[in-house]
Amino acid sequence: MHELLSGKPGDKRLLLGNEAIARGAIEGGLAFATAYPGTPSSEVALNFFQIKQETDLYFEYSTNEKVALEVAAGAAVSGLRTMVTMKHVGMNVAADPLMTLAYTGVNGGMVILTADDPSLFSSQNEQDNRYYARLSGLPMLEPTTPQEAKEMTLAAFDLSEKLKVPVLLRTTTRINHSRGVVTLGKIRPRKTQGNFKKDPFSYVTVPAVSRNLHVKLLQVYDQAMALANQSSFNEIIGQGKWGIVTQGVGFCYVQDALDDLKTKESFSVLKLGFSYPFPAETVKKFLSQVDKVLVVEELEPVMEQELRAVAQTMGRTIPIQGKGVDRLSRLFEYDPSQVRSAIARYFGIPVQDRQAVDLSDIPPLPGRPPNLCPGCPHRSTFYAVKKVAGEEAIYPTDIGCYTLGMLPPLSAADFLICMGSSVSTASGFSRALDKHVIAFIGDSTFFHSGITGLVNAVHNNHKFTLIILDNETTAMTGHQPHPGVNMALLGLPNTQISIEAVVRGIGVKHLSVVQPRKVRQTMEAVQKALDFDGVSVIISKEICPLYAKRVAPPAKIRAFMINENRCKNHRDCVNLFACPAFYVEENQVKINENLCIGCAVCSQVCPENAIIPRK
Amino acid sequence: MDIKRIVFVGVGGQGNLLSSRVLGEAALLAGIPVNVSEVHGMAQRGGVVESAVVLGGALSSIVSKGEADVLIGFEPSETLRAMEKCSRETTVITNVTPLIPFTVAVGKGVYPNIKEVLNLIRKKVKRLIALNADALAEKAGSAMAVNIVMLGALAQSNTIPITADQLKEALKENLSQKLWDINLKAFDLGYEAAKK
Repeated sequence: MHELLSGKPGDKRLLLGNEAIARGAIEGGLAFATAYPGTPSSEVALNFFQIKQETDLYFEYSTNEKVALEVAAGAAVSGLRTMVTMKHVGMNVAADPLMTLAYTGVNGGMVILTADDPSLFSSQNEQDNRYYARLSGLPMLEPTTPQEAKEMTLAAFDLSEKLKVPVLLRTTTRINHSRGVVTLGKIRPRKTQGNFKKDPFSYVTVPAVSRNLHVKLLQVYDQAMALANQSSFNEIIGQGKWGIVTQGVGFCYVQDALDDLKTKESFSVLKLGFSYPFPAETVKKFLSQVDKVLVVEELEPVMEQELRAVAQTMGRTIPIQGKGVDRLSRLFEYDPSQVRSAIARYFGIPVQDRQAVDLSDIPPLPGRPPNLCPGCPHRSTFYAVKKVAGEEAIYPTDIGCYTLGMLPPLSAADFLICMGSSVSTASGFSRALDKHVIAFIGDSTFFHSGITGLVNAVHNNHKFTLIILDNETTAMTGHQPHPGVNMALLGLPNTQISIEAVVRGIGVKHLSVVQPRKVRQTMEAVQKALDFDGVSVIISKEICPLYAKRVAPPAKIRAFMINENRCKNHRDCVNLFACPAFYVEENQVKINENLCIGCAVCSQVCPENAIIPRK
Repeated sequence: MDIKRIVFVGVGGQGNLLSSRVLGEAALLAGIPVNVSEVHGMAQRGGVVESAVVLGGALSSIVSKGEADVLIGFEPSETLRAMEKCSRETTVITNVTPLIPFTVAVGKGVYPNIKEVLNLIRKKVKRLIALNADALAEKAGSAMAVNIVMLGALAQSNTIPITADQLKEALKENLSQKLWDINLKAFDLGYEAAKK
């Protein structure tokens, strides 16, 4: 039985925040879930994918977040309890349906997880998705620990059904990827059969309908405000004159800081878990019992500004400050000592930090950036492309493992803003510059949001080469399936969609499919694609070796070695190809046989043919 | 209860997350409040992986500069890189076998001398336990067991309120039975090595 289905109410488990969220949804009678994977949200969906195999939970990896939300919307309006999970930037993709789904509302509880990533551990920006609650008018819950993540997920379903609108559950990486002790609760039965009562004057959002629905949304806001004011997730802790307002993981740092500073009795802490609508009555009560307020919130000064607005309505002029106090900034995640130091500085409390050791005499350490794996087919593709097109060509890239191709010596990435942007920005580059433009996109990203860009490029007669790096899985986020995946490898009914057929269907006139481990063939294909006057596409197809190890392990791995008699130390293998299985010992390149997977590409790179299979 | 903050650093693929998880599970078995922080996603592709375990009732799961009670490094240059987590009061447990970063192989950086690394660390902290975890893991039957050798060394270091037996119990819960022999042996070898 799946780990998150077992266990009696009251049992304690050490769960990852994302596991706690999944368990909370299961306890809440979740019937229908959709997702597009993205760090730090991915493990929630992974657990649903696994649980689906052994229960009547419906789950799908949807092609992108917009689709995921729309699929779930159909089920939620039909009365099913639904959940949609995504990373913060995924919410941008889903924003279009979100804004108007807020108008129509839902019948079954719908919880939308937005997992923010302060400090950009695995993201292209660190936007603060608390603004999405303000933008859409939907309620938002923000847990502080894995235990609370489970409780809030469960509560979010009830809240959503009460208000008949989706509820946003907002986390940050430190909630998603922290483990804590979680007490299990009862699993409610799930209702998998829906019921839709036709009512086009409530659900078909033509202007005349939406005018009424906007009025209704504002009424929902008022009801939600009343609930937020009564919610036990919003809590005033202590009765001191010094006030701290905080939410999310900041609450943990504040509590630890007050323990360390041994002045808990001087403080009142307002913890906001049901954080939108901003609970004005609770906040007023808090503001009337303190004379100075520090706001501890990562990223944007959202609560800080709302607090000032509430204080103004009650004519309270006490100091309220967050950003700019000590090291509290709009940048990056906070840490415990940073918060402790800000509290001490703001309220004038002496603090004794543990002095970190002096590191001024430490030698400069070699960097260890993340890297494409040994045998990664992306490296072979990048190598072949660079051989043909060189440094002059422009390389728009996209989001996935292959973004790591930006690192030298491959240096095959020049521009990236979001999922799918490689294709469309290539169109712009090719019109603005008199240069070859070669865009890279992964298979999963192609389905996510590359197709529309390609349609646009063909329709508008742009001229560039798109290379689709098809490694047959969504590798970066943990090998999730996507529409182009052979599901039979996972023991599931195969619903694979051919990328080649899609590209041909769009009307691309020049298409080739290459095996990137055949270097010369790949280089020839690149040259022909560059020579073509129009949109040319190359599908570079080779399964991700990490994924293959799991679903289709090769019979035997035959690692390669350097024939040291032949090697003349050109070092093309290291300087141009740069597989991490190479190392240099006593001025001789060698191959780590434990890392080498025998892909044989380096043997085609070596000008002396000095790289040969081990006996 | 005293708060104990343990930081694990290593390189993607060394099994860092399993170690911190096993320590967390052992704390749960021992009835000690625990939080664990992990790194998932892009950072795992051969880059530096850091996790942390906070025992004793603090709510935070990450560890600020200078606040680690124990730093466990699975790779010596990464131990050195993570020294900002240490103070005079910290116990450092490090593997001495280098995993040369690719940047060094392509001539972008120099790997430090291990002996100098160890001497530098030793004079800055309360105690340094250095062991060849790779050799011990191989001796136990799998090069993959470096992370468990290091857990064994942690158990011996007398820095946490959790016993070797509790750690072994948690280890068994987290591994399929066919891996028990190798990993329990790796644990014991790490434990013995840390005595020296």
